Amino acid sequence: MAAIEAEGLRKEYGDVIALDGVDLRAEEGSVLGVLGPNGAGKTTTVRILTTLLRPDGGSARVHGLDVVRDAARLRGEIGLTGQNAAVDEALTGQENLILFGRLYGLRRGAAKERAGELLERFALSAAASRLVGTYSGGMRRRLDLAAALVARPPVLFLDEPTTGLDPRSRISLWETIEARVAAGTTVLLTTQYLDEAERLADRIVVIDHGKVIAEGTGAELKDRVGGDRLEIELGDLGQVGAASAALAELAIAPTTLHDGILRVAVAPADGTLVQALRRLDAAGVAVDDLSLHRPTLDDVFLTLTGHSAQDAAADAEEDA
Amino acid sequence: MSAVGDALLMAQRNLRRIPRNPDLLVGVTFQPVMFVVLFTYVFGGAIKTPGFDYIDFFLPGIVIQMISFTGYATALGISDDLRKGLIDRFRSLPMSRSAVLAGRTLSDVGMNVIALATMLICGFVVGFGFNSTPGKIAAGVGLVLLFGYAMSWVYCFVGLIASSPESASAMITVVIFPLSFVSSAYVPTDSMPKVLRAIANANPITTIVDALRSLWVGTPAGTDIAFAVLWCVGIIAVFSVLATAKYRSTVAR
Repeated sequence: MAAIEAEGLRKEYGDVIALDGVDLRAEEGSVLGVLGPNGAGKTTTVRILTTLLRPDGGSARVHGLDVVRDAARLRGEIGLTGQNAAVDEALTGQENLILFGRLYGLRRGAAKERAGELLERFALSAAASRLVGTYSGGMRRRLDLAAALVARPPVLFLDEPTTGLDPRSRISLWETIEARVAAGTTVLLTTQYLDEAERLADRIVVIDHGKVIAEGTGAELKDRVGGDRLEIELGDLGQVGAASAALAELAIAPTTLHDGILRVAVAPADGTLVQALRRLDAAGVAVDDLSLHRPTLDDVFLTLTGHSAQDAAADAEEDA
Repeated sequence: MSAVGDALLMAQRNLRRIPRNPDLLVGVTFQPVMFVVLFTYVFGGAIKTPGFDYIDFFLPGIVIQMISFTGYATALGISDDLRKGLIDRFRSLPMSRSAVLAGRTLSDVGMNVIALATMLICGFVVGFGFNSTPGKIAAGVGLVLLFGYAMSWVYCFVGLIASSPESASAMITVVIFPLSFVSSAYVPTDSMPKVLRAIANANPITTIVDALRSLWVGTPAGTDIAFAVLWCVGIIAVFSVLATAKYRSTVAR
């Protein structure tokens, strides 16, 4: 059963088309990654699905409830973590969670108990009675996520949950999200980080300029790029010809040389690296470094849109 | 899920921050004291208020002016909540849709009670005395709180339409600051140049200050009391609708 279903979502701001017919579907208990650069329409999609914004066209149901007609009931079934850590800095961590719990309709005692559980689980017990204004970025994000989980919502929306976090905090947040999913929660996660989508999402939709431009599992999207990539740093660039010749039998596309690195597209197969090294050695080519790269989602983005995700993000920021 | 319960929770949230935030605390305690003392001793001797001790004439004015600014914190607070995404979170919760603004205006009533008590005590110390009946004094207190409640809705609206706390602050300085001074709060409007006098006489703050003066120190009231209440009710009616509509459609920045 689909926990999140959207068909033809449209949203316009004056002349700007933020969403141009977005279709989404996430099965219950799965993680849907929505991947795209800044300004692609990810946040607008989340706002519509969490009842914050009315779509100009199309329809969506979350947990079987229509996001427009059943908005009031739906709010009790979802948790939202936005791009900013939306917690009150002038309250303590515990006060924040109790406030949100009570606004979800829990009684005082139940809200307090739930706050305690969540603070414990998110390793914030020691900081429970400190003002959130004194928390580090990672602690705020954890509290923000805890706030979204107060009512044990069956569907969780995470809008760029790790933007601006240090690597350690990111990994710890990923583990928390994975634990929620293991407990049966459906998650929609937006991100501009390709590794984040790969790690967490069962299925990924790629959005650019308000449209879904690709959809599939991480592996399916990678297949679109085709093949793995050998990267060889030669000791002597005079040997480029010899190296290309030695690897000709492995290559599935013409080799390229860029910034002193020879790139050879190869079919995905076991033992490619060893074979390549043997052939180069037999041809007497001196190799400084040799590595095999699986395509990343950045490669996918480049293939799909003709520009890299980072470039698109930079464009979007210039437009803004 | 009750609208009243949610509003009280939100009001509690706002009141909790007062003792933790020196700016807010100074706004409702030190600032009123400073104004009463400063205006009484620095300007008091220079301004002629025929038939009245200056402090008796002046205190109702300072009370209304101070109260017209208490909501400042509400405008900045709402603007800050918007910027930090808290309004988004509240709007995504299964809580009453009116609770965020109702909570703000409710906690402002609490702030106004503190500010008013501070000013009255300070006023008594520097020589202020009521010249009225207990009923009229109480009616005056009611008018002050009603006016404060009306201003709260104005500040809610300002907080929602401002693009940042800084711009909310600028709007207040440009609109409300002059409005509170070009009035009968500190000087009789007769002493002003013609154009200013016309503005001051049309200014609701003048009407409300005159009504309060009449209730507390027995100046002639005329129609001021009825119009003062009408102004307050009118402001509440218009700005509660505007602010609520804006809140429903607003999105985080």
